[in-house]
Amino acid sequence: MGMIEARNLRKTYRAVQKQTGLVGSLRGLFHREYREVKAVAGVSFTIEPGEMVAFLGPNGAGKTTTLKMLSGLIHPTSGDARVLDHVPWKREDSFRRQFSLVMGQKNQLWWDLPAADSFQLHREIYSIPRAEYDETLSELTDLLGVEKLTKQAVRELSLGERMKMELIAALLHRPRVLLLDEPTIGLDVVAQTKIQRCLKDYHARRGVTVLLTSHYMRDVEALCERVLVINHGALIYDGPLAGVIERFGETKLVKLRFEGPPPDDLESFGELVRREGPFADIKVERARVAMVLAAILERSVVADVSVEEPPLEEVISRVFEEAEAAHDAA
Amino acid sequence: MTPPEAAILMPPPPRAIGSLPLAVKKYLAIFRASLLERMTYRADFLLGTILRFLPMVTTILLWRAIYAGSGQQSLAGFRYREMIAYLLLTNISRMFSSMPGLAGGVAREVREGTIKRYMIQPMDMIGYLLVYRIAHKITYIIMSFIPYALLFGVCHSFFDGFPDLATLGEYALALAIAFVVGFFFEASVGMVGFWFLEVTSLLYIVMTLNFFVSGHMLPLDLLPEPWSGLLKLLPFQYMAYFPAVVFLGKAKGAELAWGLAGGVLWSAFFIVLSRVLYRRGLRRYSAFGG
Repeated sequence: MGMIEARNLRKTYRAVQKQTGLVGSLRGLFHREYREVKAVAGVSFTIEPGEMVAFLGPNGAGKTTTLKMLSGLIHPTSGDARVLDHVPWKREDSFRRQFSLVMGQKNQLWWDLPAADSFQLHREIYSIPRAEYDETLSELTDLLGVEKLTKQAVRELSLGERMKMELIAALLHRPRVLLLDEPTIGLDVVAQTKIQRCLKDYHARRGVTVLLTSHYMRDVEALCERVLVINHGALIYDGPLAGVIERFGETKLVKLRFEGPPPDDLESFGELVRREGPFADIKVERARVAMVLAAILERSVVADVSVEEPPLEEVISRVFEEAEAAHDAA
Repeated sequence: MTPPEAAILMPPPPRAIGSLPLAVKKYLAIFRASLLERMTYRADFLLGTILRFLPMVTTILLWRAIYAGSGQQSLAGFRYREMIAYLLLTNISRMFSSMPGLAGGVAREVREGTIKRYMIQPMDMIGYLLVYRIAHKITYIIMSFIPYALLFGVCHSFFDGFPDLATLGEYALALAIAFVVGFFFEASVGMVGFWFLEVTSLLYIVMTLNFFVSGHMLPLDLLPEPWSGLLKLLPFQYMAYFPAVVFLGKAKGAELAWGLAGGVLWSAFFIVLSRVLYRRGLRRYSAFGG
C-alpha cells in the first residue's frame, strides 16, 4: 500500500470566458460562455513511504491542481486518491494531523506576530507534546539557521526567511506526508540551498514522504531520485531522475582535448558547442557517440576525452517544448 | 554552525494551560495569539474610538432642534434626555455587535485562497474567527473604557441615574445576544464570498441598511406601524435597539422576556445558517476553485 496513491485523477474546470471591451462585458452580464479546462486528465501514480518525489511540468501542466486534490483542497472530477489511507477531500482531522502542504506564503503564519507565536499556536492546534515540539523546533531552526528571527514580526522578514518559517510551521507536527508547491520560488541561491539541505536532512532523519514541485532543477537534483513529469494534465514520465535524461536527452556532450589544434570538420559529427585552443565540445546524438569517437580518434591525436550527459535543465525544457508542439499539432 | 545555546533563544514557554480538554486549549491558544496581534495596533484603536464620538455632538444638537421644533415633551415615548441617552447607549450596543472586517475578511480569504489553511489544518474556521473576535472585542472594550467613561461622565445629565442590578443583569444578557447575533449574522454574510468574488457593494448595502433597521440611528418606536413592529421582529434590533431599551428600563416583564427569547432564537438561527453556508461554500470551493 503506497503512502500516496492517485488513481486516474481528473479535474475539469469550467472557466468563464470573459469577453473583452465594454460591449463584451455587458454581454457577459446576460450570457456567459464557458470553456471546459482539463487541468488534470487522468493521472495515476503510487508513492511509497519515505520516498521523495519531484513533480515536474511547465506552468499550467496540472501540478498544483494535483497537489490540491491530494491535500484535500479540491474534489477531483473523477478518479480516486488515497493519502495515508485517507480520502484527502474528506478532510478528516486524523488525516489533517498527519500531513502538511506548503503552497505559497501567508498560509500558516500570522503576519503581524513573530513566527514564534504562530509556532505556539501550531503546537496547540496539532496538540504537539511539549518535549517533541521543543525538539523539532530547535532542530528545524538550527537546520535553517533562523534561531534569531523567530521573535521578529513575520511581515518584517524577507521572502526567503518567511519561506523558512513556513517550512518550519509545516514540519512542527512531524507530518508523515509533506506536499510542497514551489518551496524555493523567488529565492536566492543561498536560501534555496538552505531549504534543500533542511529538506534533505529532515527527510533522512524522519523518513517523511515528500512530493514536491519545482521549477529549479537544482532542487530536484539535490533532493529527488524519482520524478513524475506531467504536461497538459497527463503523466508523460514516471521513473528515476537519471532515466529522464536517458529517455529524453537525445544528445550527449563529447568533450575533447587535442594534441594541437582540433580538426576543422568537427561540425560534421554534431553541433559544435565550444572550440577554444586545443579544446572542442560537440553535442552528439546518443546512438552515434561510439562511432563518432572512433572516427575522431582514428584521424587525430586526442589527449583527453570525456562524455557527459546534458544538463537536466536543458533536457526538461526540451521535453516541455516537444510536448507543447505535439499538443498544438493534435 | 549553530551554537548549543540555540535552545535558549527559543521563545519562552507560554503560560501553562493545565489539563483542559485539547479542543479548549487549542482555542485558548488562538485567543492568546489574537490578543497579542490586536495589541500591535493600539494607537489606531485609541484614535478610532475618539473619532467615533465626534458625530455624537452633531446628533445631540440635531435632536435638541427636533424637540424644540416639535413643541412636544415626548416623541414616541422618548423624552429629549432619554433620546440622547438612547443614542449614546446604541454606541455601547454596537461595541458588542459590530464586527468590522468580519464578512469582508471571510470573502477575502476565499478570494485570495488563504482559506486553505482552515481546510488543511485540524481547525474550524468559524470557531477560529469567533475566538479571534472575542479577543478583539475584549481588547477593544478594555482600551475604550477610559474614553467611554469620559463620554458618559460628560453626558451623565441625560441619564436618570444608574439602573438597578436586575436591569444590569438583563442588559448584560442583551449585550451578549448583541455579540452573538452580530457575529453570526456577519459571518453568514461573509460566506456569500464563496459564490460571489466581489462582495464590497453587497456589504456596503447590508451595513448601511443595518445602521437604520437596527435602531442605531433612531429608536425603532419612532417609526409608524407596521414598520416599527416589523423591525422588532427582525434580528437587527438586537444589534443596537434592544440592549439600549433594556438599559433604559423601557422593556419590562413579558416584553423583555419575549425580546430575550427572540434574541436567543435569532442567535440559534444565524449559528446554524453560518454553518450551513460554510459547508456548502467549502463544497463549492472544492468543486470549482482552489
